[in-house]
Amino acid sequence: MKADSRVIVMGLGVADVKGVFGTTSGLQDRFGRDRVFDIPLSENAMTGAALGMAMMGIRPVFVHQRADFAFTAAEQIVNQIAKTIFTTRGDYSVPIVIRMIIGRGWGQGPTHAQAPHGFFASVPGLRVVAPSGPRDAYCMLRNAIDDSNPVIFIEHRWLHDLSESDAGLDSILNAPYKAAILRSGEDLTLIGVSYGFVEAARLAGLLGEFGLDVELVDLRSISPLDTENLIRSINKTRRLAIVDIAAPNFSVGAELTRVTVELAWGRLLNFPLHLAPRFAPVPSSPKLALGHYPRLEDMAVQVNRHFGFNLNEESLKTRCMEMNPPRTPLRDQPDLGQVGPF
Amino acid sequence: MNDSLAIREGMNEALNSVELGHLFDLLYVREVELFVARNYSRQLFRCPVHLSIGQEAVAVGVCSQLEVRDHVVSTHRCHAHYLARGGSLLAFFGELLGKPIGCCGGRGGSMHLFDREVNFDASIPIVGSSLSVAVGIGYALSRESGGIVVSFQGDASYESGQFFEAINFAATHSMPVLVVIENNGFSTYSPQNERQPHDFSLEYVAKAYGIGYQALPGDDVDLVASASGLAVDEVRSGRPVILELSTFRRYEHCGPNLDDSLGYRSPSDIESYVNRDPVVIASKKCLESGTSEKQLESLREHICGYIGTVFDRALVANDEGGSGVEAFVD
Repeated sequence: MKADSRVIVMGLGVADVKGVFGTTSGLQDRFGRDRVFDIPLSENAMTGAALGMAMMGIRPVFVHQRADFAFTAAEQIVNQIAKTIFTTRGDYSVPIVIRMIIGRGWGQGPTHAQAPHGFFASVPGLRVVAPSGPRDAYCMLRNAIDDSNPVIFIEHRWLHDLSESDAGLDSILNAPYKAAILRSGEDLTLIGVSYGFVEAARLAGLLGEFGLDVELVDLRSISPLDTENLIRSINKTRRLAIVDIAAPNFSVGAELTRVTVELAWGRLLNFPLHLAPRFAPVPSSPKLALGHYPRLEDMAVQVNRHFGFNLNEESLKTRCMEMNPPRTPLRDQPDLGQVGPF
Repeated sequence: MNDSLAIREGMNEALNSVELGHLFDLLYVREVELFVARNYSRQLFRCPVHLSIGQEAVAVGVCSQLEVRDHVVSTHRCHAHYLARGGSLLAFFGELLGKPIGCCGGRGGSMHLFDREVNFDASIPIVGSSLSVAVGIGYALSRESGGIVVSFQGDASYESGQFFEAINFAATHSMPVLVVIENNGFSTYSPQNERQPHDFSLEYVAKAYGIGYQALPGDDVDLVASASGLAVDEVRSGRPVILELSTFRRYEHCGPNLDDSLGYRSPSDIESYVNRDPVVIASKKCLESGTSEKQLESLREHICGYIGTVFDRALVANDEGGSGVEAFVD
């Protein structure tokens, strides 16, 4: 915002005392009410207004505290925002970023925990990105703001409390819309999406202890897909598993599978494996939610069986138990230090 | 104002009064749409068309009060607004013909006229949706200086949630937004009294939001122009205004024909149009103030000649060379 006075931040709560989980705290004091403002509870109209502003050269960052709320603005996003550059042949640019925060845990339930990245990625004219850590969040948000196209910026709530050094930002900034290969491996390409990448990294570590050489990939950009790097990895390892934060049905995982089948069919040793939540609304109760999201142990076992790696399942389970000891009472937050509501 | 200026070339002497100027603009919009209707069966305009025949006084009257720096947002029924705003007739025909010279290169068609040249920022055929975009433009304008945005809406727009959401935002931030309701009494074929309480009035809505409101017949272009002039002044000073103008959509909702045979309007309603036709009203006034029938006929001939010439240019314009179907999507 300091670098570009055209950038504004708008959304429910962006100027309130909590500042959308602290992500916008202090911005109004620093940049003024003209550039950082709370909006009426009219997501659809305000999204249309953001389009009007963008057509006039303003660069709005629109914030939804939950991705679920953005569905009320789907009309403007899908019908207008995604179409304007196309229809006008670029006479108007649409530099809008729409942040959507995905909730999980502490009883978020059916309408506070949906992951809509696949839904929006299915609309031509929208870019969709999902960082998995602070450095990426910073760099990808800057890239999104600089982009003249509309960008849906997916944030998983459980990523907000991660910390990371700020080394190497320039190289990240210079590679927008690219997947990142965090660890090179030969046995399996494991692609994580958003918080799914955190889970994928944990899974890769576990499988590594059992001698598997996993290539760990952070998808980062959902639309456009970095097909070139993804296919290169899959051609090398000949096996693909995807850790997503939404069910595989009609999903980003399904799209990755389609692309893989089209471009690397002859190389594949197995059909791609999806490690993802169930195709069902998210239940509120922690006990039920536990059955909704994939657990490390289940993911490890599925990988082992699906690809026929012949790892000792009892040892895998024991190790998972050590990594994730059962909690009493049942907890569904990323670490025990966190307490709800969040 | 390229083509609308071009069409007036050499006409300044003939158009020696405000009333004649308005009539000239009405005739221009009317004849363009009649041309579209007459030629529609040739299957050259391969897109749905929502004609404004009968409603032109609103477009012409309101746009006559705008400045170059002002902005306009329209709906699916956007031809009259675009032409009255001074949009290029060549780009208009080009768009309906689906050619690269169209204002959107054939990507939008009749319902999506966008033209940055004349600050005609959007035509959005999702009812209610365009007002939201207009208030965003209004927000941007309120940070600059002077310009206003006009959002043309139909009478069904205020059945949509976005209408109220957008008005609320515009009022909260004192935006220079003029909402012009073209109330033709029908949403497609559904009469207003089946869709809204019979005593509903937007006036109370405007009062609730603390913005301006005026309702008047929208058939007499001079009346529309003077009311719009006052509304534009108020809007320019930072107070949103709703101007609700009653009109008569003479043609079918979508398409090149009359639809009297459908029976959704009573014969007496249809007959009443004779006294409401904006072109008839404006012509009468000009005749009464001394313009001769012959002069009016020569204006019409001049306009029709011009339209024919521009259409011929559009018709022979290249079909090829437009950007690819996936261009501008990345």
